[in-house]
Amino acid sequence: MSSTLTQPPATIPPKREITTKPRFSDKVFRGVVTTGGLSSLVILGLILIFLLFNGYNTLKTQGLHFLTTSNWSAAVNDAGQIDTKNSHFGIAAMLIGTMVVAVIAVVVGVPISVGAAIYLTFYAPEAIKKIMVSAIDLMAAFPSVLFGLWGFFVLEASSEYWAKLLNKFFSWIPIFKLPAPYVTRSPFIAGLVLAVMIIPIVTSISREIFSQTPLDRMQAAYALGGTRFAMLRAVAFPYARSGIVGGIMLGLGRAMGETVAVYTVLNIVYQVNWHILFSAGGNVASMILLKFGEASPYEIKALMAAGLVLFILTLIVNSLANLIVSRTGKSGR
Amino acid sequence: MSIIEKPVTPKPRKPWAATPVDRAKTGGIVLAALAVSFVFVAVTPMSGKLAYAAIFCLAYLVIDFVVSFVKAGRPAAVDSFFRGLVTTAIVIAVMPIVSILVTVWVRGHKGLHWTLFTKDMHSNSFTDPIGQGGLLHAIIGTFLLVFFAMIISVPIGILTALYLTEIRGKFTRPIEFLVQAMSGVPSIVAGLFIYAAILIPFTKTVNGFQGSLALAILMIPTVARTSQEVLKLIPSDLREAGVALGGTQWRSVALVVVPAARSGLITAMILGVARVAGETAPILLLTGGSGTKNYNIFNGSLGSLPNYVWQAFAAGTPESIARAWAGILVLLVIVVILFTAARILGNRKVGKK
Repeated sequence: MSSTLTQPPATIPPKREITTKPRFSDKVFRGVVTTGGLSSLVILGLILIFLLFNGYNTLKTQGLHFLTTSNWSAAVNDAGQIDTKNSHFGIAAMLIGTMVVAVIAVVVGVPISVGAAIYLTFYAPEAIKKIMVSAIDLMAAFPSVLFGLWGFFVLEASSEYWAKLLNKFFSWIPIFKLPAPYVTRSPFIAGLVLAVMIIPIVTSISREIFSQTPLDRMQAAYALGGTRFAMLRAVAFPYARSGIVGGIMLGLGRAMGETVAVYTVLNIVYQVNWHILFSAGGNVASMILLKFGEASPYEIKALMAAGLVLFILTLIVNSLANLIVSRTGKSGR
Repeated sequence: MSIIEKPVTPKPRKPWAATPVDRAKTGGIVLAALAVSFVFVAVTPMSGKLAYAAIFCLAYLVIDFVVSFVKAGRPAAVDSFFRGLVTTAIVIAVMPIVSILVTVWVRGHKGLHWTLFTKDMHSNSFTDPIGQGGLLHAIIGTFLLVFFAMIISVPIGILTALYLTEIRGKFTRPIEFLVQAMSGVPSIVAGLFIYAAILIPFTKTVNGFQGSLALAILMIPTVARTSQEVLKLIPSDLREAGVALGGTQWRSVALVVVPAARSGLITAMILGVARVAGETAPILLLTGGSGTKNYNIFNGSLGSLPNYVWQAFAAGTPESIARAWAGILVLLVIVVILFTAARILGNRKVGKK
């Protein structure tokens, strides 16, 4: 019976190779996922390239005047062809208008959002908190055309009231002066609509940052006999400060790129207007939409250049904002 | 010594809860603030609901501050004042939501009728009486636009999220940064880009698919970021178990991680759809706004809900504006349903089947 012991087994399984080398399927998998992951880079790059390619001609002929002058005219000569010599494109008025409405939006919207975030994080009972957070998140998904219509039909009336009040008591401040008594469809009202539109994003970012406040420090503040406000001032505000700044800049970026809502509520006039209560203004995005309908191919190239400027501007603001926000959570404070 | 005392269970005390006296005091302050606001509005030339609201808030804050100051000193007064301030802030933040929802219903329900969902606008104009024509074409158009945007953006978004959570190669930080930067791209710029990249060189005319492409650009960051959050929550034990059983990374991701995160990934998809369903600016540049039903997204002008609202609003007559509000109401109902679905799915615990 010992023969079975001495007999070698019919087949010896080959020694398994133990290795960290990725298999073929993994190589394919990693390749596909990496390609997908790089898509954001590719898309942003393509946006930059195509807008630059189409807007390059305008940028070259207009030079720096594109950013510093406020003259938009696509001249046509007697033969009905485009007169490139006498066509002037400059977006200074709209750039200033973009900043004006975005800054109004931030000045009005941020205190409300940050206050709301503080209430939701430190004061609200659980039940109220859930409902309000859902409501504010839902508002982020409202279509912008809805904000536009709401601003035009509903907010207009109440903001005219505030505009007149501001003009009455603060007309000694230059920006609240009125060159003519028209307050409807002003940058102020557009700014208020944008303020409402940025409330969800600024609130949710601030809330996220406030909720990361270290619990032990909060408890230490209470244990020392501090009131809730004293705790907020000593612990939460210093912790959240830079993150809130980032949230504000994200709001600013959103407000700068908004098109349809601004187009609906604002009386778009191609001039530099610092009087925020006066019925004239515009921003780059709404100007593009306004001019696009009847633009010749030549003028569309100029609009592409304007889009490029807007793209780069919002990209810079957003990138700075994201850098600041992502630093907050990780730093030791 | 047989006095057996009944065991006394101490009643839990809540020193932080409001006593009846506190409640009475708060009520008194509110009444006083109301009185002040009425007197103030009556005496000064200010008028209107807004004046009442503003003066009431200010008066409440001031009276509250004074009462707390007298009763408990400066720190308590400041604390109380700040509480009033942030409460005002949340009320102001929620007010527009309530106002928007009420406005849409009040102005929109008049324009609702059954033909909205059975007819299109090919033989009617926006200025016709409400009962004629409908927005079937716009609902079909929006559905097609969003569906194709979803088909393009969901795989890309989820692959990006997988790269950020599973592969974590050397591009992780830059890609995370770029995805966040991409979420700030203005919608009009996305429209201009597709116009420059597809419409000028190739098609030279409007069609629906170009709109879908632009919407996909706006949707990718939302899908990618939400999916990333969900995939982060999957415990790494699951991945390690998959690999330890001899599975390749591909199999452990495809058969373990992704199924575990399924409901979260669906949430990400729905949130992306809700984000782009009402986008207007790129639609206006790229798809055209036909009033006739069009089932072919690759050919011909395609009507959609945002476009319908936009055109009806621009027409400017009472009938057309009623149509615009009815269109907005339908659009908003779609968005709210999507959002609620995402919430319900998202609240389910990740990792459970």
